[in-house]
Amino acid sequence: MAEITYREALKEGLREEMQRDERVFIMGEDVGLNWGGAFKVTKGLAEEFGEARVRDTPISENTIAGAAVGAAITGLIPVVEIMFGDLITLSMDQVCNQAAKMHYMFGGQTSVPLVLRSVFGGGKNLASHHSQSLESWFMHTPGLKIAVPAFASDVKGLIKTAIRDPDPVMFFEHKLVYDKKEEVPDEDYTIPFGQAKVRREGADVTVWGTFFMLHKALEVAEELEKEGISVEVIDPRTLAPLDTKTLIESVKKTGRLVLVTEETKTGATTAEIAAIVQEEAFDWLDAPIKRVNAPDTPVPFSPPLEQYFIPNNKRIARAIRDIV
Amino acid sequence: MAVDKKTLKELYARTLKVRRFEEKVWDLFGENIVPGTLHLYLGQEAVAAGVTVALEKTDWIQSTHRGHGHVIAKGADMNAALAELLGKSTGSCKGKGGSMHITQFDAGVLGATGVVASGLPIAVGAALSCQMRGTKDVVACFFGDGASNNGTFGESLNMSAIWKLPLIWVVENNLYAMGTPIKMTCPSATIAQRADGYCIPNVVVDGNNAQEVYEATVEAVKRARSGEGPTLIECQTYRMRGHSRFDPAKYRPEDEAKHWLSEERDAVRIIREIAIKQGALTETEAEKIEAKITKDVEKASEFAKKSEFPKPEETLDDVFAGVL
Ligand SMILES: Cc1ncc(C[n+]2csc(CCOP(=O)(O)OP(=O)(O)O)c2C)c(N)n1
Ligand SMILES: [Mg+2]
Repeated sequence: MAEITYREALKEGLREEMQRDERVFIMGEDVGLNWGGAFKVTKGLAEEFGEARVRDTPISENTIAGAAVGAAITGLIPVVEIMFGDLITLSMDQVCNQAAKMHYMFGGQTSVPLVLRSVFGGGKNLASHHSQSLESWFMHTPGLKIAVPAFASDVKGLIKTAIRDPDPVMFFEHKLVYDKKEEVPDEDYTIPFGQAKVRREGADVTVWGTFFMLHKALEVAEELEKEGISVEVIDPRTLAPLDTKTLIESVKKTGRLVLVTEETKTGATTAEIAAIVQEEAFDWLDAPIKRVNAPDTPVPFSPPLEQYFIPNNKRIARAIRDIV
Repeated sequence: MAVDKKTLKELYARTLKVRRFEEKVWDLFGENIVPGTLHLYLGQEAVAAGVTVALEKTDWIQSTHRGHGHVIAKGADMNAALAELLGKSTGSCKGKGGSMHITQFDAGVLGATGVVASGLPIAVGAALSCQMRGTKDVVACFFGDGASNNGTFGESLNMSAIWKLPLIWVVENNLYAMGTPIKMTCPSATIAQRADGYCIPNVVVDGNNAQEVYEATVEAVKRARSGEGPTLIECQTYRMRGHSRFDPAKYRPEDEAKHWLSEERDAVRIIREIAIKQGALTETEAEKIEAKITKDVEKASEFAKKSEFPKPEETLDDVFAGVL
């Protein structure tokens, strides 16, 4: 065990999988020698594995994704990087019409073992085209698996599972967690998809969230502990498959639920979770489910606007206090 | 082609204006008051100047993520432009857009976009609109070498050709897309020759020479206005700085950088010498022009600094244009 950053842990996972299995290769814009990925996740891998296995591509998101599909159905395991999550919009046909549907549409003849890594989230004043959180779009597409690691100790195990998984995996990261450190196992380990993790145990209220909002929720939980409010924090780790069991058990214990993500509110993952919980645990709820999301606007540039847009500790704490 | 003296003087003034503006942005960035990222136009000024001097006020331009120079050259208000970069409410986009979306519609700027190559289809539509509405206006669409590898490039060039749209495609080939040299992602010697496949007349010019860019644009505008369709102009140029705010651009070979960043290749110096040699500009006039620009830029900077940030709740404004 060593304390390393999320970025390091992710790279370690990629490196170990490339060492383990020759079929694994990386491609994307500026992932190679000259840059090492816009967020430096792949830095050093081209040096280690060569430019054939860590391939720089032209700025061609649709064809990067489509080429990954073609490579995946013919015996390779592509791990593609789309530089910003906002830019997967350019890959949507290949991701949602092709990768997601092939196994089903072709009656199980072929599978699409690709991983598409990308990064969501604001907090860096990058404005409307480089800050969005679009994970719910993919949750709405049957056939895709979706990993949403928020912690260093999870990202390594999850990337390994993603690479070994026979289906297309959307592997989403967040800009503000790359530098977060945690103890990460040195050895080869995988984390099964569909297993949430209780990040903090509590008795009064359950908080379910993703990405940077989990880090904030944990801070809030710490604060509220002093006021005598005991908060349980759950990290789903994957959105598809989704671990509803851990969540429902928690809600049955606490009777209260606050959902926190950086997505714009309407049609967000939190809407789906709220629907599931009222279907499966309505009788255990002692208060209405609360949602803490961004407002239904594009992500604004100017710092005071962006700070207003992104949910903060105060808003999370207020939502908790409202129902406890 | 003989360029008249008045035009030569204007080419000098406009090249210099963009240079001084960008230098000011760099200074403000040094003062740590420019939020987010920055793609400076330093080095490429002659392209924006040469193209826009050949356009009328009513003509349109489509910009990119590296858009400050385009917008300023097209005649945007410098106060509102600088205020936007600082995220102030007096900015042209009310602080919603910032550097990557710096836009002044009333100056004939269709938009600045953070999604590489997303401007090309918009330029097609604007040119189609000019044609259908029977105006004599033309559209100049700026994009990078990297953008020419995106699918929209082929689709847009093709549509513009079949419909004989009043469009000028301006490729700013600064030899790199982030850290990726164009040599690595484009098999042909020039980007211009790709236009041959769409039967679009094309030319390669020295993008650091405002006069050359101007002359090529004048020809293209003539063709566009008379209904003969689009032209593609490849302007070969070079960034003076890295791709974005913290990029030291170490991936550029030393001799290449030395050549391009030499005084002889400097865009301001080139057009200044031409203008003086042609008797279009005296040293005293040049100094006067420079003093005026410096003063205007300084005033814009004061204005931007003094302006207020938007109120946080303004995040919610302007999502829709209205209700019927
Ligand atoms: C569709 C898309 N892909 C990737 C990016 C990330 N990105 C921003 S600028 C850039 C390089 C663009 O190169 P080029 O078109 O040559 O323009 P330059 O930056 O050289 O002016 C990249 C890859 C993006 N913003 N949009
Ligand atoms: Mg370029």
